[in-house]
This record gives sequence, structure tokens and C-alpha cells, in this order.
Amino acid sequence: MQSFSEAFFEALRLIVAFDGDLREIILLSLQVSLSAVIVASIVGLPAGAWLATTQSRLRPVILTIVSALMGLPPVVVGLVVYLLLSNAGALGPLQLLYTPTAMIIAQSILITPIIIALTRETLADLYLQYREQLSLLGVRSTALIKTLLWEGRRGLMTALLAGFGRAIAEVGAVIIVGGNINHVTRVMTTTIALETSKGNLSLALGLGIVLVLIALLVNAAVLTLGSYGRPSEKRSS
Amino acid sequence: MSTVSSITGERLKIERSGRLVLDIPQVQLGQFKSTAIVGPNGAGKSLLVKSLSALLVPDSGVIKWNSTPADNNRRSRVGLLLQRPVLLNRSALKNLTYALRAAGVDRQQAGEQARMALETAGLGAVVDVSAQRLSGGEQQRLALARALALKPDMLFLDEATANVDPASTQAIEEQLKRAVNDGLTIVFVSHDMGQVKRMADEVILMHQGQIVEQSSRVDFFEHTVNPITRAWLAGEILL
Repeated sequence: MQSFSEAFFEALRLIVAFDGDLREIILLSLQVSLSAVIVASIVGLPAGAWLATTQSRLRPVILTIVSALMGLPPVVVGLVVYLLLSNAGALGPLQLLYTPTAMIIAQSILITPIIIALTRETLADLYLQYREQLSLLGVRSTALIKTLLWEGRRGLMTALLAGFGRAIAEVGAVIIVGGNINHVTRVMTTTIALETSKGNLSLALGLGIVLVLIALLVNAAVLTLGSYGRPSEKRSS
Repeated sequence: MSTVSSITGERLKIERSGRLVLDIPQVQLGQFKSTAIVGPNGAGKSLLVKSLSALLVPDSGVIKWNSTPADNNRRSRVGLLLQRPVLLNRSALKNLTYALRAAGVDRQQAGEQARMALETAGLGAVVDVSAQRLSGGEQQRLALARALALKPDMLFLDEATANVDPASTQAIEEQLKRAVNDGLTIVFVSHDMGQVKRMADEVILMHQGQIVEQSSRVDFFEHTVNPITRAWLAGEILL
């Protein structure tokens, strides 16, 4: 067992040298989480926009379900995806278990409700502001949703970054469906868990530092985009 | 698509929190090229123009554009300019092309018509400026240019100059006069009696959700016998 200071300096050395194993794990983590964000956006952005604009009687029911799904325990999602992808499961023939694709599926399921909820929240305010004018211009249904998504693009980046933050920090689901296989499905969070249990603190700490840096960058991006989205100073009359 | 030359409302009623805020047995617009709707705050002016322009569906009653019920297929024939301009977060030019594209104009024509509309509105210098960065007066002129670019037959204006400076008010009035000369019919809500005298051929006075008087400008200002109109013109507060 290394001392904390030894582990810390070794971790910094690994980061500065951009160690091969470290690089592979970071790149796979980014690839899996970014893919999950893309998949979740394809579903979550239009669904959130629809929820922001619909008068359907199902709206409160769907909102309740989405809110409940936001708090889904990752291990339960991992278990359900595992059952679906295992040989006996409905998607067993696809042979996706213990692949990065399985991890993308699990993370997508976890973050889609977050993206739906944040999209709805962002666009509901915008819709209130634009509703009458867009109605006067005869803009409805799909065109209305497209317009709101475009007009709210800066605020929606926050939703996507929040989804990314949740995905990259996730460990329970990906360890179940990915199996934490070296050079195949080993990502930052699962490696940290494994290496810590083995007492190899330097790699765990190195990845932990990178993970924290990514989290800080995501938060900085959210804050920057938030202030960038505010109306700038108007011209004088 | 047939031209909308007259708009009528029959038995219009709107209730808010159990109170009747609009109660109009019959109203007809289009006999004059320019009609002003005046009255104290809460008289129901905005509700009336939103109903007649089919933005708002009244609790009961019928709105007819010409002789048939208002419908969205003729949406671009009747416009409404809101008191606070609502503009998309894109350039002045793109705001106009968006509206024209939504009305079914093809991309190239939309671009050309949008540029022309901006030039006509005196906004040629801000074509590529974000609409959110324009001054309040410029934003309202842009919103008017967008409404006029759709070439409506009838345009409602809900206190369109209430929040703009005198120079912008003058520019908007001139733009409207040119459009009226080209065949547009306008119906505008205003608290500015000077503007009503400058712009209106006909005046409607509303009070407590009802139409108190509808007459030509000359009759309204010079020959009215209606006691409420007389009180309003005398500057009394209508309760």
C-alpha cells in the first residue's frame, strides 16, 4: 500500500506523461459518455420540447414518470440492461453484453430523463415568451418544436452537459453491463473502483484527478454558456 | 386565398375568474381603412383584438373573416402586432425570412422580400444585427416590418407604440400610412389621442368589456352625444 503522498505524485507523473493505460481508459470513457449523450439527446430533446408545448392530458402523468426516472438507481438500470442483453434476454442474439455499446445503452437510459426534464424546463419558459407570436406566424407542431430547440440552444447545452456529467461519473450500471474488462470496457470510474480495491492508488488517484478536472470543465462550460445566453446590451434608440 | 376585407364578431363573451371581461353583441370592422380602439385599462381592448385576429378563442361567440369563420388557413391574411415585440434570437433579416418561410414563401424569394421589407422600414443598416441587440424602437419597427412583409389584408396593432420613443412612433406611423395607402386595413389600440386623431378614420370606445361607441373620427370627436364618450373626451376617469 502506497502512502497518500507517494500515490499523489505518482498519479501526477502518470497524467503528465499521459501514460498509455491512462490514455486508453480516458478515451474510452469519453467515447462511451459522449455517445450516450448523443443517443439521449436524439430522444430527450424532442421529447422535452414536446412536453414543454403540449396541452395533452397525459402531460402530468408523463412528467411524473420522467421525474421518477431521474432518480433511477444506476445498478437497477445496469441489472435491467444486463437481463435484456444476456443470452437469455430479448436482445441476447445481438451479443452486446460486455461491450462499450452495452455501456452506452445503460448510460443513455440513465441520462435521457435528465435531458428530457431540463429541456422541458428550459423550453417551457421560452414557449411562454414565443407562443403568441409563433401562433400568429402560423408555426405549429414540428416546426414549433424545431424553432424552440434552436432558440433555446444555449440553455439546452446546459442540459446536455448535465447529462454528460452524470454519464461520465456513473459506475454502477457500466460495471454490470461492461464487466470492467481490461482494454475493452474499462472506464475511469470502474478502474478507480478496481485499482483502489487492489491498493494501486496511483492509477486510481490519477484517474480521479482527471475525472474531477472533467467535472470542473463541464461546470465551467455550463456557467459560461449560462451567462453567454443572457441578452447582451441593447443599442440605444 | 380570398382577401379578408371585413371582420365581424357576434355574441362575443370572455370570462375571467367568474367576471365577464368581454361582452360584445356585435362588432364589424373593415368599413374604414383605419380604426382606433380606445378606452381605459381593463376595458377589454386587447381581448377584442386578440379575438378578432383569431389569436384567442372567446368563451362564446363567432368571429367571421368576410362571411366565413376565422381559420388558420388564412392566418397570413390577418396580422397582429403585439405591444411588446417578440423577436427570435437571430438577425433582423433572419427574423423576417423565418416569418416568410413559415407563410410558405420559398427560400430565395423570402430572402429578397425580407431585405426589401427591411429597407422599406428604414432598417437597412441593421440587416445582420441580432434582433435582441436592437433598441426598443428598432425592435418594434422590425416587428412591424415582419407583419407587413406577410402582406396581410388587415393588421391589428395592440398599443404598438406604447413603449417606443417619439422618433420611432413617427417612423411606425409613416410606415403604417404607406401600407394603408397600398390597401391595408388597420385596427389599432391606443391610449394616445393625438395618434388617434392623426391615424384613425373610425373610433371605437370600449368600457368594462363593452363597446360604448363606434363612429367615424369626426362624429366621435365633434358630434358625439354619448355621455360616456363625452366624459372620456373631457378627460374624466371612467369607473
